[in-house]
Amino acid sequence: MKHLSITSVLVWIAMAFASVSQAQAQSQAGSDTSDLGPLLVRLVDASLSEAVELIPQLETQGGRGILPLFTAMFDNSLAVDPDSMTFYRLAEDNSARPVYPPADAGDSAELQLSAAEADELERIRVSNRLRVLLRDAIARIRLFEGDADERSIAAAELLSQLGEDTVLLLREALASEEDAEVREVLEVGIAMNVLVSDAPDEERLQVVPTLHGRLEAPVRNLLNSLLDPNGRNEQNPEVRAAIEEANAAIDTRIRFYGFIEELFYGLSLGSVLLLAAIGLAVTFGVMGVINMAHGEMLMLGAYTTYVVQLVMPGFITYSLWVAIPAAFLVSASVGILIQRYVIRYLHGRPLETLLATFGISLILQQTVRTIFSPLNRMVVSPEWMSGTIQINPVLAITNNRLFILIFSLIVFFALLMILRKTSLGLQVRAVSQNRNMAKAMGIRTDRVDALTFGLGSGIAGIAGVALSQLTNVGPNLGQSYIIDSFMVVVFGGVGNLFGTLVGAFSLGVSNKFLEPAVGAVLAKIITLVFIIVFIQFRPKGLFPQKGRAAE
Amino acid sequence: MSTRKPKTSMILKAGACLMGLMALSPIAVAQDTIKVGVLHSLSGTMAISETTLKDTVLMLVEQQNERGGVLGRQLEPVVVDPASDWPLFAEKTRELLTQEEVDVIFGAWTSVSRKSMLPVLEELNGLLFYPVQYEGEESSKNIFYTGAAPNQQAIPAVDYLMNELGIERWVLAGTDYVYPRTTNRILEAYLKANGVADEDIMINYTPFSHSDWQSIVADIRRFGSTGKPTAVVSTINGDANVPFYRELSNQGVSSFDIPVMAFSVGEEELSGIDTRPLVGHMAAWNYFQSVDTSQNEEFIANWHDFIGSESRVTNDPMEATYIGFNMWVKAVEKAGTTDVDAVEQAMIGMETPNLTGGTAVMGKNHHLSKPVLIGEIQENGQFQVVWETEGLVPGDAWSDYLEGSRVLEADWTDPVRCGNYNTVTEVCSGQSY
Repeated sequence: MKHLSITSVLVWIAMAFASVSQAQAQSQAGSDTSDLGPLLVRLVDASLSEAVELIPQLETQGGRGILPLFTAMFDNSLAVDPDSMTFYRLAEDNSARPVYPPADAGDSAELQLSAAEADELERIRVSNRLRVLLRDAIARIRLFEGDADERSIAAAELLSQLGEDTVLLLREALASEEDAEVREVLEVGIAMNVLVSDAPDEERLQVVPTLHGRLEAPVRNLLNSLLDPNGRNEQNPEVRAAIEEANAAIDTRIRFYGFIEELFYGLSLGSVLLLAAIGLAVTFGVMGVINMAHGEMLMLGAYTTYVVQLVMPGFITYSLWVAIPAAFLVSASVGILIQRYVIRYLHGRPLETLLATFGISLILQQTVRTIFSPLNRMVVSPEWMSGTIQINPVLAITNNRLFILIFSLIVFFALLMILRKTSLGLQVRAVSQNRNMAKAMGIRTDRVDALTFGLGSGIAGIAGVALSQLTNVGPNLGQSYIIDSFMVVVFGGVGNLFGTLVGAFSLGVSNKFLEPAVGAVLAKIITLVFIIVFIQFRPKGLFPQKGRAAE
Repeated sequence: MSTRKPKTSMILKAGACLMGLMALSPIAVAQDTIKVGVLHSLSGTMAISETTLKDTVLMLVEQQNERGGVLGRQLEPVVVDPASDWPLFAEKTRELLTQEEVDVIFGAWTSVSRKSMLPVLEELNGLLFYPVQYEGEESSKNIFYTGAAPNQQAIPAVDYLMNELGIERWVLAGTDYVYPRTTNRILEAYLKANGVADEDIMINYTPFSHSDWQSIVADIRRFGSTGKPTAVVSTINGDANVPFYRELSNQGVSSFDIPVMAFSVGEEELSGIDTRPLVGHMAAWNYFQSVDTSQNEEFIANWHDFIGSESRVTNDPMEATYIGFNMWVKAVEKAGTTDVDAVEQAMIGMETPNLTGGTAVMGKNHHLSKPVLIGEIQENGQFQVVWETEGLVPGDAWSDYLEGSRVLEADWTDPVRCGNYNTVTEVCSGQSY
């Protein structure tokens, strides 16, 4: 029986391959797809629940030629011209690629539609239930049609639903598969099936090593269930021992990758803290100004990103590169204005400075609220910022976090270079160590003060660009970071840039390792309590200033 | 505390409204108007949601005045700004009731602000229409709840997930304050009553405006990888939602792997963000802008006219404000007076059309009957309705799934006249919350 059905499937696949290779256009527009007409007419008018029944019919009748239509539908971009019954993949920029009926090579080129033309097309709606069906159907087709990556993803997706049909499909795919990685996944699927089948124990024992250390969730679930007295509960002691060993190997690997993941999350949170605090490390740390409006400098940077994207809507990909210098200029000039017209007159009076800058922060917030409305503004993430680097089934690193981690380090070292290697940096350090002496040496302290404050604010603006990719761009953005910023600078040691770096990352990492154990709310409280206690014993922070710099 | 003063534009607008009223009815003197208090935050964190409701009330007042007002008198809106500061809600309520002597108040969003207003309302016998979905467990003589009670949003949404999508594992994620805590308590009891095991429920709370969702989303991902269908029921509030959904999409958790059912994400919240990562996730409400009825079309057109922008959206609390306002007008006309006690009695049993093609009825427990809709988020920030209840669901003030409140009932008609009547001991504790 089994052999028979295998051969029949084999024949069917061989035919499908043959027809595709013979003449692509002909086979696609040929008899197998022309039957779809009535089904597709129904699809256009179907309600969501009716469409659920149509997908399997389309899959069986449409064969592999239906793949472009399915993927377009899955991506939410399938649209139809109701008159000609031509289906298109309609992109956001109104470019349309016909997906059905599959035309000759010349015609399948992309069309650029006007907005009005695109409006005339009828969009095919999809719901989650449809997406599930489509994903599985796409996986079944991609197992044979896709490139190696797609085939491997498709095979992994099919692991979660190993019915008889799926296993047959996997065996067929294995017969013609050449890529080693894809073969591995396919073999895992087949091994899983053997393990739960009523095959003799020796055969089942043989397949267990295939599952050794596999990280795919279905493998873990199956093994757990086999060991679970309330689950499948494996009886044979030999097989059970082998399964336990395989499972232990999986657990070890998962724990290891889980640790790496936590560490990355911690570093990523640390990088956000670093970005938020680094500007403050200059204005508060180096200059000693308690700047409560620091958060609003972040906010201005984020809003600058929004405005830049508004001005250049077609170039979202490059918008961040424009936004970075723009945000620096905007925040820096606001910072310089604040320094020149408010803070300068309050020199050496920390309490008044605190109150004045707090007032400024309220003014800036309300200004933004009046200009941009109290609603959050939409900042789009460019393509290259979204998505993940999937290292293995349990460890994925999100692109935006990785970029921001790298970006925060670049900003940090750039600032460090400015303070260490430029004449402005030298003057800043001179003024912060001994203002009167610096003045006596001919340094224009007023100008240096303004520039330093501008530098700190500008860097906060740059940080705002990065934050706009992670969080809401709204009038309250600054408020949510101001406490964290002061916390990092004080913890790291006022006036010490490296302290800020170490402080940010250690707080980030410790917070993330606490979070799974005690929850997000308590983790934050514990961190704050820790810092309060820490400051009691080391009031100057992790890395206090030493020698002449201390005073 | 950031901005206790109303925005200048607000003062100007309110002033302009007043002047407009004067011009319309030159004979009218101050005593001849009916004062309508509007108590929504126009600054601070909640301004994002509440400003819209203030505008909705102003629009409804303007329309009512064009139709000749109520009882032949023009309506006069009195707008104050409690600035997202909970204690200030109580002070402003007192100010509206004693100094401005308003006849009715439309206002509040968060439960904590309502709870801060409640004692003042009861002391001074004021009247509040509260237009937001909330956790229930309350019924005051002086408040009409026109948003959804848990049985009109949370419970049907969970039913949908359980029955239509076959969900077996549940993540209850919320912001750490009263609404999510109570709602999740009810949901947990409900799920367990339906045979869900302890280890299949994960409860997670986060602070307000939480922005670093990495480890929580990773936890959810792990929790959902056991092979059983998993869903997130989200009572995450306001700002924290955007980074949450972004993180979900960044970590490759799609709406069909682990769907998120949200109770606080509506059109307004979606209008400020990049909706691509959210497509396919769900929300449960009693109204969506995308609902295709003639009443809704008219309401949206009026709203666009009034606000002067085609891109502004409508949402569920706006519909609740609309229903509440229309009911109040009808009740005042039925009672023939704006006296709170008379209007309160006239309100019970009152019917007005809602925007989804049905009729809203005010129950004797001061809660409305509503349809429940489940919508999936679309790329344009609108919802596509995928499921709805067959008829209207009457609001239940005291949950049937919580120990202690199961036996309670709110009934403001004779002879009970009680916000929490114990049906077993037949005693009214007199405490409405």
